[in-house]
Amino acid sequence: MAGAEGDDSLYPIAVLIDELRNEDVQLRLNSIKKLSTIALALGVERTRTELLPFLTDTIYDEDEVLLALAEQLGSFTVLVGGPEYVHCLLPPLESLATVEETVVRDKAVESLRKISQEHSPVDLEVHFEPLVKRLACGDWFTSRTSACGLFSVCYPRVSSTVKAEIRQHFRTLCSDDTPMVRRAAASKLGEFAKVLELDYVKSDIIPLFTALASDEQDSVRLLAVEACVSIATLLPQEDLEALVMPTLRQAAEDKSWRVRYMVADKFSELQKAVGPEITKNDLVPAFQNLLKDCEAEVRAAAANKVKEFCENLPEDSRETIIMTHVLPCVKELVSDTNQHVKSALASVIMGLSTILGKDNTVEHLLPLFLAQLKDECPEVRLNIISNLDCVNEVIGIRQLSQSLLPAIVELAEDAKWRVRLAIIEYMPLLAGQLGVEFFDEKLNSLCMAWLVDHVYAIREAATCNLMKLVEKFGAEWAQNTIVPKVLSMSNDPNYLHRMTTLFCINALSEVCGQEITTKHMLPVVLKMASDQVANVRFNVAKCLQKIGPVLDSSALQAEVKPVLEILATDQDMDVKYFAQEAISVLTLA
Amino acid sequence: MDEELDSRKVNNSFLRDHNYATEADIISTVEFNSTGELLATGDKGGRVVVFQREQESKNQPHRRGEYNVYSTFQSHEPEFDYLKSLEIEEKINKIRWLPQQNAAYFLLSTNDKTVKLWKISERDKRPEGYNLKDEDGRVRDPSTITALRVPVLRPMDLMVEATPRRVFSNAHTYHINSISVNSDYETYMSTDDLRINLWNLEITNRSFNIVDIKPANMEELTEVITAAEFHPNHCNTFVYSSSKGSLRLCDMRAAALCDNHSKFFEEPEDPNNRSFFSEIISSISDVKFSHSGRYLMTRDYLTVKVWDLNMESKPLETYQVHDYLRSKMCSLYENDCIFDKFECVWNGTDSVLMTGSYNNFFRMFDRNTKRDVTLEASRENSKPRAILKPRKVCMGGKRRKDEISVDSLDFSKKILHTAWHPSENIIAVAATNNLYIFQDKVN
Repeated sequence: MAGAEGDDSLYPIAVLIDELRNEDVQLRLNSIKKLSTIALALGVERTRTELLPFLTDTIYDEDEVLLALAEQLGSFTVLVGGPEYVHCLLPPLESLATVEETVVRDKAVESLRKISQEHSPVDLEVHFEPLVKRLACGDWFTSRTSACGLFSVCYPRVSSTVKAEIRQHFRTLCSDDTPMVRRAAASKLGEFAKVLELDYVKSDIIPLFTALASDEQDSVRLLAVEACVSIATLLPQEDLEALVMPTLRQAAEDKSWRVRYMVADKFSELQKAVGPEITKNDLVPAFQNLLKDCEAEVRAAAANKVKEFCENLPEDSRETIIMTHVLPCVKELVSDTNQHVKSALASVIMGLSTILGKDNTVEHLLPLFLAQLKDECPEVRLNIISNLDCVNEVIGIRQLSQSLLPAIVELAEDAKWRVRLAIIEYMPLLAGQLGVEFFDEKLNSLCMAWLVDHVYAIREAATCNLMKLVEKFGAEWAQNTIVPKVLSMSNDPNYLHRMTTLFCINALSEVCGQEITTKHMLPVVLKMASDQVANVRFNVAKCLQKIGPVLDSSALQAEVKPVLEILATDQDMDVKYFAQEAISVLTLA
Repeated sequence: MDEELDSRKVNNSFLRDHNYATEADIISTVEFNSTGELLATGDKGGRVVVFQREQESKNQPHRRGEYNVYSTFQSHEPEFDYLKSLEIEEKINKIRWLPQQNAAYFLLSTNDKTVKLWKISERDKRPEGYNLKDEDGRVRDPSTITALRVPVLRPMDLMVEATPRRVFSNAHTYHINSISVNSDYETYMSTDDLRINLWNLEITNRSFNIVDIKPANMEELTEVITAAEFHPNHCNTFVYSSSKGSLRLCDMRAAALCDNHSKFFEEPEDPNNRSFFSEIISSISDVKFSHSGRYLMTRDYLTVKVWDLNMESKPLETYQVHDYLRSKMCSLYENDCIFDKFECVWNGTDSVLMTGSYNNFFRMFDRNTKRDVTLEASRENSKPRAILKPRKVCMGGKRRKDEISVDSLDFSKKILHTAWHPSENIIAVAATNNLYIFQDKVN
C-alpha cells in the first residue's frame, strides 16, 4: 500500500489526516474537503475499516465541517470500492441525518438519495431500506424528518411487500406527534405520490393529503397546498373534482392568512395543474377573493400573479374573464391602502396590455397606468416605469409621455437617494424608448444635474448612465450635448465636481473613441494635473492610466508622459504612488 | 392541601457562595425543561446553570431525584451600545427550553436585547493517534513516517459542552421581558415594552413584528407590554399582558400584524378600592397559559387571577397573595418594592398555583379545595430533608406564636422566580442568590 511509495508522498497525507482534528475550524474544513485524497491514499479497505468509523463518530464538529462531510460522502462510492461496498457509507450519513442543524441534515439526505441509486436492488433491501426504517422510527424528530426525504428514492426499486411497509411508515409519519415531522412529510407528499402506483395515490395519498390539509398547525396546512400541485398533475381530470378540489377550495378560504398566501403564491402552478375547465369554474372566483383578501400580504401575493394568471387562461374565454372578473379587482387594487400591494401590482400590470390588445389597453388599462404613475409611493411609480417596454409594443409610449415626464422628474428629485438611484438605472431604457429628441428636450438636464448630486453613489451612477446613453445615441451626440457640459465642470470651485469630470472621462473615453478623447478630453485632464487639491491630482493620474489605451502613442509620449513624470515627483504620497503606477502600466518609463 | 404541603421536605438547596453573595449571583430566572429532567437558572451575572435530576438508585432511596449541576456557562456578557451610549446588562431575563429534537438539549436565553440559542450536549469519546506527533505530543521526524494512521475514538470521562448555536440580535429597541416558543417547534417570539417580534429558530437576520403599541408620539404613551406567551398547543394564538392590568389574546391567522386583538380580558375596577397606587398595583407582572390551554393565570402586585379563555369580563378566580401589604403601600412605593415583578406558575395538572412574596415567603393556592399556604425558603429554617412548615403573617398588635408581624417582614428578601416540575410535585424557588428545590416527602 501507500507505505511502499516512500516518505515524501506520505507526508502531505499525514498532515491532512492530523488536521482532521486541528483546533482551527478552517484547517479541519480544508482537510474534510480533501477527504477523497486521504481515502485514495489509504486505499478502499482502510477507508472502509478505519476512516469511515472515525468519521461516523465525529458528529460533534462545527456545522460547516459536517456540511462538507455530508457532501463529500455523497460521491465516495468509488473510494470505498464501488457499488458493491456503497453501503459502508450509510452509517456516517445516518448519524449526520440526525443532527439538529437543518442544512447538514438536508445535505446528508441529499447524499443518501444520491448513493441509493448506486445500491443494487438486493443491497437496497438489505442495507438501505432498514436504515430508512430506523430513521422513520427514531426517538428524535430530527431522524424522522430525515426519513421523509428517503422514501421516494427506494420505493420504486423494492419488492411489493417492502413497498407496503414503506407506505405504512409514510402514513405513520404524516400523523406524527410533532409538527416538525408532519411538515417534513407534507413537503415530501407530492414527491412520494409521483413514485406511487396510481391506485395507491388514490387510496393512500389522498387521505393523507386531506388530513394534512386540515392539520391544526398552519405551518403544516400551507405545505399541503404545495403538494396539491403535484397530486393534481398525477390524477386524471375526472378525479380532480372529487379528490382534490374540496381541499383546494378549503385552502383558498382557510382561516389563516398564511395558508391563503400560499394558495396565492402557487396560483399559476395550481392553475396549470387543474386544467382550463376547473380554472374557469373554480379558480377565477377564488382568485377574485384572494385579490380582495383582508390581509395585505395575501393581496400582494395575488397581485403578483395577475399577469401570469391572465396569460394562462383558456384562449376562448380569456378576454371575457379578464374584462368581467379580473379587471374590476385590479382597478380596486390600484388604490389599495397598502403600498406593497400597489407596488406588486405595478410590477405586473403593464404585462396585461399585450394580452388585451391596443383598444382595451387604451380604454381600460391606460387610466390605471396613469393613476399608478401619480402614486404617492415611489416604488409603485418605479415599477411602472421599469416595465414601460410592454406598453410601448402595444400602444407606443407617446400616449404616456405627458404623465411620464412629471413622474420621472419627481422621482429624479426625490429626497431619498435610493429612489434617485433607482430611476437613474432606468434612464438608458427610457432614453431608448422615448428617442433622442424627447430625451434632449426633457431629460438631458436631469442627467446632468445628477452629476453634481451631493450623494456620491448618485454621482457615480450618473457617470455610468452617461456612458450607457452614449452607447445608445453615439459619439457624435456625446460630443455635441454632454462632453462640453462635463468638461466645463473642470473649472468648478468645488473639487468634488472637478473630480466628477475625471470620473466621467474615465467612463466616456472608450465609448467616445480616440478622436474626441485626444482632442477634447485629454487637454482638460492634463490641465487639471496642476490642481491644488491632491485628491484631484491623483485622480488625474488614475484617469490618465485609464484613458491611456484609447490614446495613440505619440500623444502618450508627448503629452501624457511629461505630466505623469511631474506628478511622480509630487509632494503628496498618494499622487506619487498613482503617477508611478500609471507610468508602469502604460509602460512609459 | 396543607397536609400535602406539610409533607414536602427540603430536598436540597444550592447555595452560591453565601458569604460573598454579590449582585451578579442573584438568580433572575428559573425554568424546568419539558420532561423535568433538567432545570435551568439564569443570574444577573449572565450565567446559566443547568441542573440534572439524578437517576433513581436502589442503594440510596432517600436520594431520589436530587438535582445536581450538569453544566454552567456564561450566556451573556455586559455590552455597551456606542450609538445610544447605553450599557446593556448581562442579566438573564428569561430562559425557555426547546422541545427535544435529538440527544442534545437546546435552550433560549435572553438579556435586555439579545436572545441566544444554546446547545447542551454530551461527549464521551475522543480521537487518539496522530501521524506527526507521538503520544506525548512530541513532533515526529517526518522522515520516520512509513505508514498512515487514522485516528481511533476511545471512551473518555463524560464531558458536557454548551455551545452557542444562534444569536438573535438587533431587533429590540426596548428591553426584552419575555420569550416564548411556539408549539409549531419552528418559531418563537420575543417581547419588549412596546413590541413583539416573531422569529424562526433557524433564521437570525430577520424577524417579523407582530405587535407594535408604540404611539407615534411617545408623550402619548400610557401603557407598556409586561409579558407575553404562546398558547401551549394552538400555534396561532398568543397572549400579552399590559401595565394597565389587561390581557389581549391575538390570533395570528387573522392578519400578519396583530395590532387588533381577538379577545380582551379586563376586570372592571372597583371604585371603592381606588387609590393613588391602584394603577401601579394593577400592572400585570406575569401571564401563563395553563397546560391545558383553557385558562390564563396573571399576577399583579397583590393577587393571582385565573381567567377562562371563554370569559373576558372578569377573572374566574382571584387569590390574595399578601393582602396584608395594603396598609404598607406608601413605604413599598418609597423603597420601589411596589414595582417588583413577581412571576407565577401552574403545577402539572393545573390544580395548584404558586407565586412569590417577601421575606422569602412563597404562596400556593389549591384551586379545588380553595386552601392556600405560605411557605418559607430560607437557609435558617430549612435543613436538607427537613419538612417545611406553613408560615403566617399577622396584622395589628396581637401576635400568636409562630406568627410574624407584617412590620418585621424583610422586603429585601423577595421570591420573584419559581418553577414547577411539568408532571411531578417538585418545585424550584429562587430566593435572591439561593435556589431551593422542594419535593413531596418520600416514605
